[in-house]
Amino acid sequence: MSEAYVAQEMIAARPRPNEVRKADWTFARLLGSLSILFWIAAGIGLIVFLITSYDQSQIDKYAPRYFDGFLTTMKLVALSVSIGAVLSLPIAFGRMSSNKIVRNLSFGYIYFFRGTPLLAQLFLFYYGFGSFRHFWQDLNLWWFFRDAWSIALLSFSLNTAAYQAEILRGAIMNVPKGQHEGAASLGLPPMVTFFKIILPQALIVALRPYGNEIILMIKGSAVVSIVTIFDLMGHTRRAFSQTLDYQTYLYAAIFYLLVVEIMRRLWDLLEHRLTRHLRR
Amino acid sequence: MELLSLLSYGSEGWGDEILASIGVTISLALATLPFGLLLGFLLALGINSRESSLQISAKIFTTIFRGLPELLTLFIVYYGAQILGNFLFQTVFGTTIEINSFVAGMVALGFVFSAYASEVFLSAFKGISQGQYEGSAALGLSRFQTMRLVIIPQLIKLALPGLSNLWLILLKETSLVSVIGLADVVRITGVAARVEKEPFLFFSLACLIYLALTFLSSAGLEKIEKNARRGEVRS
Repeated sequence: MSEAYVAQEMIAARPRPNEVRKADWTFARLLGSLSILFWIAAGIGLIVFLITSYDQSQIDKYAPRYFDGFLTTMKLVALSVSIGAVLSLPIAFGRMSSNKIVRNLSFGYIYFFRGTPLLAQLFLFYYGFGSFRHFWQDLNLWWFFRDAWSIALLSFSLNTAAYQAEILRGAIMNVPKGQHEGAASLGLPPMVTFFKIILPQALIVALRPYGNEIILMIKGSAVVSIVTIFDLMGHTRRAFSQTLDYQTYLYAAIFYLLVVEIMRRLWDLLEHRLTRHLRR
Repeated sequence: MELLSLLSYGSEGWGDEILASIGVTISLALATLPFGLLLGFLLALGINSRESSLQISAKIFTTIFRGLPELLTLFIVYYGAQILGNFLFQTVFGTTIEINSFVAGMVALGFVFSAYASEVFLSAFKGISQGQYEGSAALGLSRFQTMRLVIIPQLIKLALPGLSNLWLILLKETSLVSVIGLADVVRITGVAARVEKEPFLFFSLACLIYLALTFLSSAGLEKIEKNARRGEVRS
């Protein structure tokens, strides 16, 4: 007789094990609560500071200037991003060209503008090019190189063109080869292939980096205040030098944060709308 | 030849001043890097944490410092620290304190760097599979050991391309600190340009210096990335 594989006796039911209890105050929770408290305190402190140092006459004086500066910033960004978008097309194509000289030239352009600070570029264009006064006067271009605004616009457009060319190139290279082949097998001419098939798909990929580039330009445009342009930052710096009041910078910070956040949200909505055919 | 003598080394030319300013630029970027990396890593841990309070406050931090222009951050940190420092020193010691522009630049750029670095670390965290954590738990590693021995070595490899991009941005952003008086490349070449009335020469030199710095760093970073990938199977 083999041994029965059956339990000889019932095993008494045991109570279920104790629940694994988590400590009420883990380190992470403590740290999180403290940091939330810090932000609440900072927010209240900011509001209290802005209320206690509220001065109607100063607000009347500076609020229109801030708004004016904000419009200048927006105008600068909108113009330079659009001009840069146009300029970026030939540069991106040059970068992908089969001609070695064209390829190296556009590579050099992109490398220069992406490898040096915007501030140094602005100084080079404004002070450096401005020093060849007679040369520009001979060309009848002195009015352009004398003006801080046009120089800022020029250097910003050239700068963002380099970045946008890289975005565009990456996006175009991202389009699968089959799309080119399919278009070729349908007998579409190169222009139609590019504008109707390649570019629409590339722009969807490029949407996010373009949005980031616009935000970077909004933030980067603050440096024009150094070459005497009164954008939002320029008016802020002037207000600070006149009043020596720290809240001038805080108002500017709130302004910039709002603009960037709104821009980011709008771009998210736009992307959501434009990629609706890709979602399931 | 006259122009070259302006760049000569010694009391006549600006060579030695400009060389020293390159040192200032590099040391500011290098001093910001560890601070920004550590803070960025902690922020990424905070956003990944299960504690919602920690998540929210880390997100507030990154939103603020990614939304503000770097120049404004710099001014806010510089003047804010000045006011706060003066206030504290006045009440405690009865003296005032001068805030160093190097330290202010380091803190401001470090905050901005960490806000962007946290994004890089977050996407790197997503590249590490859950099995790595489960495997470490099965081996009985503590959470700190899991992080140190298993996660971070893989994380660094995934984060390196993003971080090297941020390093190049940081190197260029140090130029902004010249506005609050740090004697970096842009500041010194600007002074030289004004004194010698040769703005084109000196500002193109400044651009060339930055180009050389970015070229050297991208070459170095490529070496580091190759070194980090040496364990991978070559395809």
